[in-house]
Amino acid sequence: MPLQVAGEILAIKKVGAYQAVTVIAPGIPELTRPGHFLAVQVGGPESSMLLRRAFAIYDVKERGVYGGTVEFVFAVHGKGTAWLASRRPQDKLDVVGPLGKPFRLPKTAVNVTLVGGGYGSAPLLPLARALRERGCRVDVVLGAGSADRLFGFLDAKRMADSIAVTTDDGSIGTRGRVSDVLPGVLDKSHADVVYACGPMPMLRAVADLAAERGIPSQVAVEESMACGIGVCMTCVLPVVGDDGLTRMVRSCVEGPVFLGDRVRWDDVGSVPSDAVGAPTTGGRP
Amino acid sequence: MTDMTTRLAGVEFANPVFTASGCAAAGKELDQFFDITLLGGVVTKSIMNAPRSGRATPRMAETPSGMLNSIGLQGPGIASFLEHDLAWLQARGARAVVSIAGGSVEDYATLAKELRGHPAVSMIEVNISCPNVEDRGQVFACDARASSGVVQAVRQNTAVGTPVFAKLSPDVTDITAIARACVDAGADGLSVINTLLGMVIDTTTMRPALAGITGGLSGPAIRPVAVRCVYQVHAALPHVPILGMGGIRTGLDALEFVLAGASAVSVGTTVFGDPGAPLRILDELEQALAERGIERLSDAVGLAHRPPVERVPEDPDPVGDEPVAAMSDSPDDSPSDSPFEDAFEETP
Ligand SMILES: Cc1cc2nc3c(=O)[nH]c(=O)nc-3n(C[C@H](O)[C@H](O)[C@H](O)COP(=O)(O)OP(=O)(O)OC[C@H]3O[C@@H](n4cnc5c(N)ncnc54)[C@H](O)[C@@H]3O)c2cc1C
Ligand SMILES: Cc1cc2nc3c(=O)[nH]c(=O)nc-3n(C[C@H](O)[C@H](O)[C@H](O)COP(=O)(O)O)c2cc1C
Ligand code: FES
Repeated sequence: MPLQVAGEILAIKKVGAYQAVTVIAPGIPELTRPGHFLAVQVGGPESSMLLRRAFAIYDVKERGVYGGTVEFVFAVHGKGTAWLASRRPQDKLDVVGPLGKPFRLPKTAVNVTLVGGGYGSAPLLPLARALRERGCRVDVVLGAGSADRLFGFLDAKRMADSIAVTTDDGSIGTRGRVSDVLPGVLDKSHADVVYACGPMPMLRAVADLAAERGIPSQVAVEESMACGIGVCMTCVLPVVGDDGLTRMVRSCVEGPVFLGDRVRWDDVGSVPSDAVGAPTTGGRP
Repeated sequence: MTDMTTRLAGVEFANPVFTASGCAAAGKELDQFFDITLLGGVVTKSIMNAPRSGRATPRMAETPSGMLNSIGLQGPGIASFLEHDLAWLQARGARAVVSIAGGSVEDYATLAKELRGHPAVSMIEVNISCPNVEDRGQVFACDARASSGVVQAVRQNTAVGTPVFAKLSPDVTDITAIARACVDAGADGLSVINTLLGMVIDTTTMRPALAGITGGLSGPAIRPVAVRCVYQVHAALPHVPILGMGGIRTGLDALEFVLAGASAVSVGTTVFGDPGAPLRILDELEQALAERGIERLSDAVGLAHRPPVERVPEDPDPVGDEPVAAMSDSPDDSPSDSPFEDAFEETP
């Protein structure tokens, strides 16, 4: 059950190309699991930006000196994130969370591979910690455009049994994409499960590579969202249900984490003609 | 204590703050943030006969103080709606206003029959901003005859005592003409307004930002248009109850609609940025009325239509070339009989 909290910024700091914000938001940490996200109001109460911005939850502390805190990492993208980047400690920040369905954890100590792209590694770090606590073998693959867009390398290195890094420009690690090195990692680590968060093309590549090997994958998608709480229907994508039928499902409440082989990757952005309720030829416009 | 109860076509609601269709699903999600039974009513997302997938994405673009949406009426269809959504609202004890949408008069009639006499339905809102498949996709709400056909079919198939409200589109030349056609066809009240048709072009891709190309504009950006529509409709049909909406963000915004002639209001887009807003707006509205010494919400409905406060009498023989300074709108001027014959002048 999500909470709406009139929070206060405790800290905001630059991390490479990103900013990390810690918000005092009592009540949210206790409810948060890896993969949950926050919806953050931007521009203040009189803002002309009406819609909240979604960010994956990176870290939470249930009891700090100031009460519970929640931390997220973001890249400046447009107006809303530019406003966020100009915030300072003690500024107010209204947050709603935790939102969405988190990653599901394996019941037993299995081998897992985590794949993060850019700031997408943020929710994977608390996931890695939770998996380690269950005795899982954790292998990590991180990818980014360049070294300054690689988030959480040191944390991941400390926790993981192995770590592989790729950058598009080769400024750190192997030059190329995570999908170039992932097959090797999956084979060497005998991965039983793959978790991924990052840009959609990366998620698709990871889901496909895992599926080819018969390995289940869980991916956290990023769809444009207006409400984040399930009331507006903007954030949909075609996903196959347990009954084998494709539906346009809300990624904010039924996701953002989906089974990789259930997302109709070819059809993201459109309504496949076999989806439940799809327009039939000659039918309604 | 201000009396916040309101009557919509003979049906009483505890207060005048409702959700807006398509902005609150069927209430369940918002109930996590506040007790939805404290609202006047929950207006559910427009439901159609069959399940519907809606349009491709992107379905949304933020605009200054507003947003565009092209959801395409995604929904589970009436059977699932009755079984899950309406049943949930009933069990929860919320007042449900069910919004219906169709592609033909027949569609609307069937929906009304499905809902007829259902104990959880307090009211029906007819979303007529839908393309008419039998008339080359012309939107019902933009044509008086098409609108009245739909309203008549719904009214005929709805139990006596369940009000039927027609939801008007602002994208028409004369909203009062459509309003009158709907009322003549049997509408017990009017919901004013639906979204305005708009468009955003992404200057990076140099293509329309929405997959559906155009979309409905909502939020505070449309509030002055919505207030104008409510004002005009109330002036033309003073005895017809209005559910007003369009960019309501605060209690004072809601009060504007009430003063323009709305007996109740819907809070739509604001919920996306502030899920707790409907209850906050209710509190703020109650306080705003109290501050103005208004004891009953119903006393405030349409107050903006009062004739303007009497001005300094015009000098029959103005001295010099002092222009119409005498027309100054000083609040000190003592009220008396209106010098105007028609306080509700049509805008040109
Ligand atoms: C579940 C989820 C988790 C996310 N986690 C992170 C994160 O940890 N760090 C991070 O930097 N970014 C994250 N994003 C993306 C982030 O929400 C967008 O970058 C941000 O909303 C852009 O806002 P803006 O005002 O700067 O851009 P604008 O383009 O001005 O935004 C306009 C509107 O579009 C929406 N929007 C635009 N781009 C996106 C996008 N990519 N995803 C969702 N909505 C978008 C915004 O919410 C806003 O309503 C996440 C998105 C989702 C859906
Ligand atoms: C995402 C979204 C979906 C909507 N869906 C519907 C709908 O299904 N039926 C309807 O009658 N109006 C629908 N509307 C219109 C609203 O009910 C309301 O009339 C309009 O948005 C103006 O109010 P607002 O500015 O408070 O949102 C929708 C609006 C939005 C933003
Ligand atoms: S963002 Fe509104 S339903 Fe998902």
